[in-house]
Amino acid sequence: MVCQVSSVVGLFCALRSYQLVINKSRSGNPWFYFAAPHTFFGLAGRAWPWLAAMATLLLLAGLWLGFMVAPTDFQQGEGYRIIFVHVPASWMSMVIYMAMAFWSVLGLTFNTRLSGMMTRALAPTGALFAFLSLWTGALWGKPMWGAWWVWDARLTSELILFFLYLGYIALTSAIDDTRRGDRAGALVAIVGAINVPIIYFSVKWWNTLHQGASVSLTKSPTMASVMLWGMLLMAMAFWLYTVALVLYRVRTLILQRERHAAWVQDLPELQP
Amino acid sequence: MIWNSWTDFWAMGGYGVYVWGSMGVTFGLLLVEVVQAVRAQRQVLAQLRAERALMDLPSEDML
Repeated sequence: MVCQVSSVVGLFCALRSYQLVINKSRSGNPWFYFAAPHTFFGLAGRAWPWLAAMATLLLLAGLWLGFMVAPTDFQQGEGYRIIFVHVPASWMSMVIYMAMAFWSVLGLTFNTRLSGMMTRALAPTGALFAFLSLWTGALWGKPMWGAWWVWDARLTSELILFFLYLGYIALTSAIDDTRRGDRAGALVAIVGAINVPIIYFSVKWWNTLHQGASVSLTKSPTMASVMLWGMLLMAMAFWLYTVALVLYRVRTLILQRERHAAWVQDLPELQP
Repeated sequence: MIWNSWTDFWAMGGYGVYVWGSMGVTFGLLLVEVVQAVRAQRQVLAQLRAERALMDLPSEDML
């Protein structure tokens, strides 16, 4: 294929095929055109390698800033460097849950098959980031607060988020009928979404050991700019990592569910 | 360069266990997740290929 010749040509081909898709779907709504598993499979397959490459570059840049450029903190010494994974992991754990709720609303409203697959593809990564948020938080809490764990509002609501992810995964995999499993899971994802604003505002609403937000939309950040940039680069890297991995994983789910469709049987990967 | 030596870097001012415990587990688990996703897709593709081979086989009763 011409697409594999060079990266520049590759990008051009991706744009070109996007154009073709738009032209083809001019009669219908392009969003619904992409909601078809067949078209989304192709789109996801072209997108994930680029996203994964960008995630790797941002990760390296973020780690370099975080460990080689950012200075020692005047209060916490070198211990503060945990922030470079703790905050991005915590953000992603909340963002992914909201994304699952979003796809679930779409799935229940329009009865699109892709929605359930996207929600399922997101859940394991969300659970992982929720776990990492708790793990890195414990390793940060021990030297700074003197405790691995305290039952305060921020920590407890994040623990509930972790259990919500596990509950979603357990529930959907316990139901043999995949479409029924999707719908049951969608309800958990939507109802559980109430926990996300509770986590976010917990440091404001209750007295807690956990510090307030270091970055917010309304105030200027309370961090030195090199530290802040290191953290933001890591957050972008985790974000792109998530999108790339979820697109990769949803392709596996599409293959599994659409195995009897003619287009799957015609895939070059399946030819003898 | 903000570190005087590699020993300095790994010690993290006495917080080495906590900092490297966080980084190690984070990137270790992300790597495990990627490997698992790749394995799962290969498994599904292998299964679909096997099913296809069965379908393409000429049935003996037909001969």
